[in-house]
Amino acid sequence: MDILKPAVAGTLESCDAAVTVEPRPAGSLPLLELVVESSEGRFAAKVGVAARAALAELGVTRAKVTVRDRSALDCTIRARVLAACLRGAEPACGAEPVAKAAAPWEALK
Amino acid sequence: MSRTSIGRDIPDSAGDLGKLSPFAGAWARAEGVSAPRKLLSAGRPTKVLSGIDEAVRRSGLESGMTVSFHHHFREGDFVVNLVLDAIARAGIRDLTLAPSSLTSVHAPLVAHCRSGVIRRICTSGLRGKLADEISRGLLEEAVLIHSHGGRARALREGSISVDVAFLGAPACDAYGNACGSSGKSACGSLGYARVDARYAKSVIVLTDCIADYPALPASIGQELVDWVVPMDAVGDPKGIGIGATRISRDPRELLIARKALAAIDATGAIRDGFSFQTGTGGASLAVIRYLRELMLARGIKATFCLGGITSQVARMLEEGLVGTILDVQSFDADAARSMAVNPRHIEIDAVTYADPGCPGAAVNMLDFVVLSALEVDMDFNVNVITGSDGVIRGASGGHSDTAAGAALSVVVAPLVRARTATLVDRVETIVTPGESVDILVTDRGTAVNPRRPDVSAALKAAGVEVRDIGELRELARSITGDADPVEYGKRVVALVEYRDGTIIDAIREVK
Repeated sequence: MDILKPAVAGTLESCDAAVTVEPRPAGSLPLLELVVESSEGRFAAKVGVAARAALAELGVTRAKVTVRDRSALDCTIRARVLAACLRGAEPACGAEPVAKAAAPWEALK
Repeated sequence: MSRTSIGRDIPDSAGDLGKLSPFAGAWARAEGVSAPRKLLSAGRPTKVLSGIDEAVRRSGLESGMTVSFHHHFREGDFVVNLVLDAIARAGIRDLTLAPSSLTSVHAPLVAHCRSGVIRRICTSGLRGKLADEISRGLLEEAVLIHSHGGRARALREGSISVDVAFLGAPACDAYGNACGSSGKSACGSLGYARVDARYAKSVIVLTDCIADYPALPASIGQELVDWVVPMDAVGDPKGIGIGATRISRDPRELLIARKALAAIDATGAIRDGFSFQTGTGGASLAVIRYLRELMLARGIKATFCLGGITSQVARMLEEGLVGTILDVQSFDADAARSMAVNPRHIEIDAVTYADPGCPGAAVNMLDFVVLSALEVDMDFNVNVITGSDGVIRGASGGHSDTAAGAALSVVVAPLVRARTATLVDRVETIVTPGESVDILVTDRGTAVNPRRPDVSAALKAAGVEVRDIGELRELARSITGDADPVEYGKRVVALVEYRDGTIIDAIREVK
C-alpha cells in the first residue's frame, strides 16, 4: 500500500496511541522510517514490533510513521496504525478512492 | 548545710535522694527554649512569635539536627516549604527531614537537597518531582521509608529523635492548644502530629487561626508546645480536601469492590459487632458503599471503623451503622466536621493506631482491612511505593501495619492498568510481605493466599469463585505481554523499613 498523504489516527489519551503517517519522497532512505515515543519505556520495543507487524499486514513499505504511545495494548497499536495508513492511502480530493479495496474491514468494502 | 535563697538551712544530701539542691527563687531554673523536660518553661509570658524566621531562631535548631512535620494538609500543605525556606535563610544545613509523609507539593525541597540544607529524609511517602529526583540519586544518603506505625515506634523508641517539630494546625490558642477540626484550613485529626508533639525536644505550632484560650479539647495540648507562630495560611483547602470524597463511578473499580465485599462476607467477617478499615484508592473506598448497603439490608452494625476516615464513614456513624470512629487522619472536610461534632468520632495518635511495639495498637483489633496496591506478586507481596518503572511515587502509609494487624487483609486492584500488569512475577519493591495478605481481589478474579486454606475453603463454600494466582498472572501476561526489565543502577536511593524496624527492601536508582 502506498501512503499518498499525511494522516493521523488515535489520541494521546491513556491506553491509546496517536499514529501519524507521512509519504516518503522518492529516493529518501530508509524507505520505511518508524519513530516510537512511549510513556511506558518498558514496552517501547513491543510497541515498535506491533506497529511494524501492522504495516507489513497492509504492505506499507515506504512511509514515515510516528507512534506516540500512551500505554496502549498491542491490539490498539495495530488498530491505530491500520487506520492511519488507510487514511493516508486515500488519494487527494477528487481522485478515485483506490485504497478501500485494501481495507481489511467488510464495512469499508 | 546549704542555704536557700529565702534563708532556710537544708542538708547537703539525704539518703537515697543523694545531693540536694537548695531553692534559689521561683524562676531561677527556667531554661527557656528547648529545655529537654519542658518542666521549667512556665515562666514565659507568651508563646506567640512574630513569624517563622523567629521560630527557627528560638527553636534552638542547629546544623545536623532533625526536624519533623506532619502531612495532614496533604497536597495543600504550605508549612514544610515555608519552614525549610526559613531554615535555609538562617544558614542551617545538613538536616534530617523526618515528616510523617511528603506529597507532590513538596517539589521545592529539591533545591534544599541540592544546596545541602537537607542531608537525609525519613518519610512514609514521596511523590512528584522530589520523588523523581530522589529516584535518580538526588541525595547521597538513602531515604528511609517507614509505615505510619513504624514511624510512631521509631519516635517512641528514639531511633528517630526529633529536635524540632514544626506542626501546622488549623486552630491553636496562644498557649499552644492546637486542634485540627476547626478553622479555615480544617484537616480533622492530627493523629500523626500528636506523636511528634509528644516526643520532639522542641515543639512549634504554626497556625492561621489563633483561637481563644483555652481551646480545649485539643489535639495537641499546651503542655507539649513551646512556641506558637501565626501565619496567613497553613494550607490550601483545595489540597487539604474539600467537601466529601466521591465514590468512584469507574465500573471496573465498582466491580472489584463488589467482588471484594462478597469475598469478605464469605469468610463470615461481616456480622453484628464487626470492625473494619478501608484504604484509599477507588476500589477500596467503593467497598464502603456496598458494605453500607449490606449492613442496612441485614440490620447489623459495626463497633468501630479505623484509619484514614472519609465522609462515607462519618455518614455511617451518624446513621448509627458504626458505633465509633477511630481517626488518625481525616481525608476530607466532611470527616473533619464529623470529628468536631460527633463525640464517638475519636481522634487517635499514630502510636495508638499502629505502633507495633506498643501494647495497644488499634490495628490488632480489626476484623478486616481492604487495601489498594500498585503491584502484587505471586507470593502476595505488595508494592505501594514504586511505579512499574522503578521510580518512587507512593507511600507506605498504614499498609503493612493494617495488613499485619487485621484478622483478614484484602488487597484490591485491577489486574491490568493501561499496559501495566498489576499482578507480576516479582514486585519492584516490597512494602507489605505476602504473609500478611490473605486475599487478592481483581476485576478478573479472586485469589487466596495458600497460607490461608481456611479462607479459601470458606469462599468456595459460599460459592465465591477462587482462582489460582498463577492462572491470574498468565491472564495478565496474555493481555500486556512481558515488559522489559527496569534498568537500575547500583546505588541505593531508599530503604523500605518494615514496621518493626527491620529493612524489608532496598530501592535502587533508576537510569
